[in-house]
Amino acid sequence: MERNSSNVLIIGAGIAGIQAALDLADMGVKVHLVEKRPSIGGKMAQLDKTFPTLDCSICILAPKLSDCYRHPNIKLYTLSEVQKVDGSEGNFSVEILKHPRYIKEDVCTGCGDCAKACPVRGILNYFEANLVTLAAAYIPFPSAVPPIYLIDRERCVYLTHGICVLCTKACDAEAIDFTQKDTIIKLNNISSIIIASGFNLIEDINPLKEYGYKTYRNVVTALEFERLLCASGPQQGHLRRLSDGIDPKKIAYIQCAGSRNIKDKKYCSSICCMYTTKEAMITYEHDNEVESYVFYIDIRAGGKGFQKFLERGKAEYNINYIKSKIAKIKVDENENPIIIYEDLNDGEIKELKVDLVVLATCIIPSEGNKKLADILGVDLDEYNFIKTKPFFSMETSKEGIFTCGCSHEPMDIPRSVAEASSAAARVAEITKGR
Amino acid sequence: MSINMKSEDEPIRIGVFICHCGTNIGGVLDCEGLTEYAATLPNVVFSDHNLYTCAEIGLTTIKEAIEEHNLNRVIVCSCTPRTHEPLFRSACEEAGLNKYLFSFVNIREQCSWVHMKKPDDAFEKAKDLIKMGAARATKLEPLETIVVDVDPTALVIGGGISGMNAASNLSKQGFKTYLVEKEKNLGGLLNSLYRLFPNDQESSELLKDIEGRIQADKNITVYTSAMITGIDGFVGNYEVEINQNGNSIRIKVGAIIVAVGATPLKPNNLFGYDGKIRITQFELENVLKNYSLNANNIVMIQCVGTRNEERMYCSNFCCMSALKNALIIKEKNPDAHITILFRDMHTPGIAYEEYYRRARESGIIFIKYSPEKPPIVEENKIKVYNEYLETEIIIPYELLVLSTPLIANEDNKQIAQLLKVPLEENNFFLEAHVKLRPNDFATDGVYIAGSAKWPVDITESISQGFAAAARASTILSHDTLEVEGATSYLPEEYKDLCRGCEICLKLCPYKAIRKNDKDEIEIIQVLCKGCGVCGASCPKNAIKIKHFTNEQILSEIYALGGKELV
Repeated sequence: MERNSSNVLIIGAGIAGIQAALDLADMGVKVHLVEKRPSIGGKMAQLDKTFPTLDCSICILAPKLSDCYRHPNIKLYTLSEVQKVDGSEGNFSVEILKHPRYIKEDVCTGCGDCAKACPVRGILNYFEANLVTLAAAYIPFPSAVPPIYLIDRERCVYLTHGICVLCTKACDAEAIDFTQKDTIIKLNNISSIIIASGFNLIEDINPLKEYGYKTYRNVVTALEFERLLCASGPQQGHLRRLSDGIDPKKIAYIQCAGSRNIKDKKYCSSICCMYTTKEAMITYEHDNEVESYVFYIDIRAGGKGFQKFLERGKAEYNINYIKSKIAKIKVDENENPIIIYEDLNDGEIKELKVDLVVLATCIIPSEGNKKLADILGVDLDEYNFIKTKPFFSMETSKEGIFTCGCSHEPMDIPRSVAEASSAAARVAEITKGR
Repeated sequence: MSINMKSEDEPIRIGVFICHCGTNIGGVLDCEGLTEYAATLPNVVFSDHNLYTCAEIGLTTIKEAIEEHNLNRVIVCSCTPRTHEPLFRSACEEAGLNKYLFSFVNIREQCSWVHMKKPDDAFEKAKDLIKMGAARATKLEPLETIVVDVDPTALVIGGGISGMNAASNLSKQGFKTYLVEKEKNLGGLLNSLYRLFPNDQESSELLKDIEGRIQADKNITVYTSAMITGIDGFVGNYEVEINQNGNSIRIKVGAIIVAVGATPLKPNNLFGYDGKIRITQFELENVLKNYSLNANNIVMIQCVGTRNEERMYCSNFCCMSALKNALIIKEKNPDAHITILFRDMHTPGIAYEEYYRRARESGIIFIKYSPEKPPIVEENKIKVYNEYLETEIIIPYELLVLSTPLIANEDNKQIAQLLKVPLEENNFFLEAHVKLRPNDFATDGVYIAGSAKWPVDITESISQGFAAAARASTILSHDTLEVEGATSYLPEEYKDLCRGCEICLKLCPYKAIRKNDKDEIEIIQVLCKGCGVCGASCPKNAIKIKHFTNEQILSEIYALGGKELV
């Protein structure tokens, strides 16, 4: 016997949206969880390990993904976006646009026969930071939730040219359904809304030319590097350079790429000092000959156990921290990056030749924030993050609409989780309050 | 909960599921080989392997196999019960199998990860582990979980900004809430602050607002000058004793939030601290309240007494406090010369970085120092070595402000003992999981918020106060809940064995054992957490531990030695 009956809408099923959904569902509140990607888990699912405990990210996340999928109080909408919202606190009405998978969700067994049969190749897999391509029938990663394949509508030759249907023939379960269309789902009696839209990275909008990203093959972003390190990633966890397949022995990590400067983003991305140290540690665990060089402005490690983590990195993992300003990156004839930098400890201009460069790129607002803010009628800050009230980070400019996690400011996973619970707490005041 | 009794009479039918965990296990161990091996073990009627057994596809495989092969025992060979046991147990329950008939075999942390370099030996070890697991599974018994009522009432310990917001939220959710504060007034550290970053609002204003709401809320009972002196009971049913000015008050609550905050460090013997012209950042707040400052040359030193051997942590908000106070001084006295000596400026995120920019634009001087060559404080000047300029800089001062960290409260130990929750090495409270359960304790029904866990600023303190309230609400929102069924007990037929030595009674960390009217030992099932201390220490082996019976443990040891326990 539960004490409440109102429904809640949560936008975004990364770790923040998932936590908020689980908290509310466990309180007995009915939750509609909307995710634009085909699977839930957000950026956390893409990470190799997490600082400072070095837990495998997907391993600790997977139980939450399952809980979310199976919870009787959570209704999950993947490949979906909110397109219209009316009303006010206590009684919003919402329209969700759900895109077709072209595969029946309740029939697909996740066997993958459709992907094997599909003749189309070259679909960039966002989950693998676009380092891997897939068939037009695909699942982003083997443990994806929901465990259902989908067909890329832009590239499937049946959907674009009316030929093929090899997947239909291959699917024993008869799950392929090309008659599926965009559908609109209308929800009424939504008491409140939580925005958990997460974040994008600056490489999504800015090619970072000054660092040679996209020009030099041995300059990668931190998210690409996470996938390269990951045992379930494109190199099965055996780190090799993208240019020649050689194991890198000397790696440079460049902090604040695209952030903390007036040309790009002025703010600090909050998490990079820590994840860089983590990446350097994991790399060293893979190969004890690896030397790491971290080029930084200020080391920001205020969280629990973080300073100790850094000290361990210096003492046990061959990580060197250089307070510096990067001037330029060039490459030699073997595509080895050469970093030209000002060492801020002695003021000298120096060069360092390395095998691989990893850019700690700036967290930027979710690309959907602008549209979402228009639909919901909430304010954004100067960068397009969701604007929040001073001291009450879950409160947006509109009553009944709350936010959490990186949708309003860059932050790490524990803070995103705590904020998600705090947003759930505020929602609970409305749905079950006196 | 109904018990699936079919296992009682039917022959044992074990299903073994080997997880590749991507390449975490599969990259080291031959999982197909292990699957084939498992099939040869006694009572194993089905074995399979998955890329990720914990993924939806893996869980579906388990459920289908239970159905199809009429399994009455399930073993998953993968990672750790700490993170994954609830998931697999519930998958078994969904397929109609009692959750205690599920058994975990760890072939990752205890095998593939630690023996990565010796895959052949690791394979042999994995076989042994699975063999032992199968032997244990054979001896498993279905158990009943205990259903208890939940008291929809909460206790918040600590009336600072975090605790007050937690209490206010719980009350608004409809739960009666007790708020206990050891000082005379609510507000905690906010009482000693002047203006707050990043919007320069007065601390008293923020405080007045929330305090007013708390005092006006009939659903919240506030006890100030009060201490927690005793806590008994268990999730949903805690009995708490409060001492207020010598009077003892007893309350019953379903959940408890710890929001006791932390204490600013007094930097005795550091940088000539004297509390007059060499003061702490917290003491400066008081000076600024009624602006009684007539110093023109002001120097601030960051990371005083922290980020060192003794306290290997960053206190998170001191850089912002220094910037904020420096800007207040600049605003009142634009001619003031302010120098901030720092190691790394900690201004993460958007608003804080912007604040740092503003401070630099205002003419405040920032000089980096290294911990190897810390600033030297003399009577009225400071010498600091700057590596960039390769020179010593001498700065005159009339006021020196030391940014000291928050340290754990001295009475954290007592509170931790009463609640049976752990502290970390700096005596801050230790949460259940630093990443994914930031505001839970491992003990059900007890939660943590704010600087009691780790130094945080006001925004995060408030956010965590609400977060802990949400977590508590996941318990309080239910009329009843299920508690652990794997408990200890004194079987009727063993009662004669008990000599009444009371060793178990003294050792039980949960106060779950008592002597009844007949002077017999009695284990209160809802209080028992199944830790096994009583069973292991009973000199007559009279106490049995469900789910960890002697038979179950011995069967594993026999299996390892190649024999079957009879």
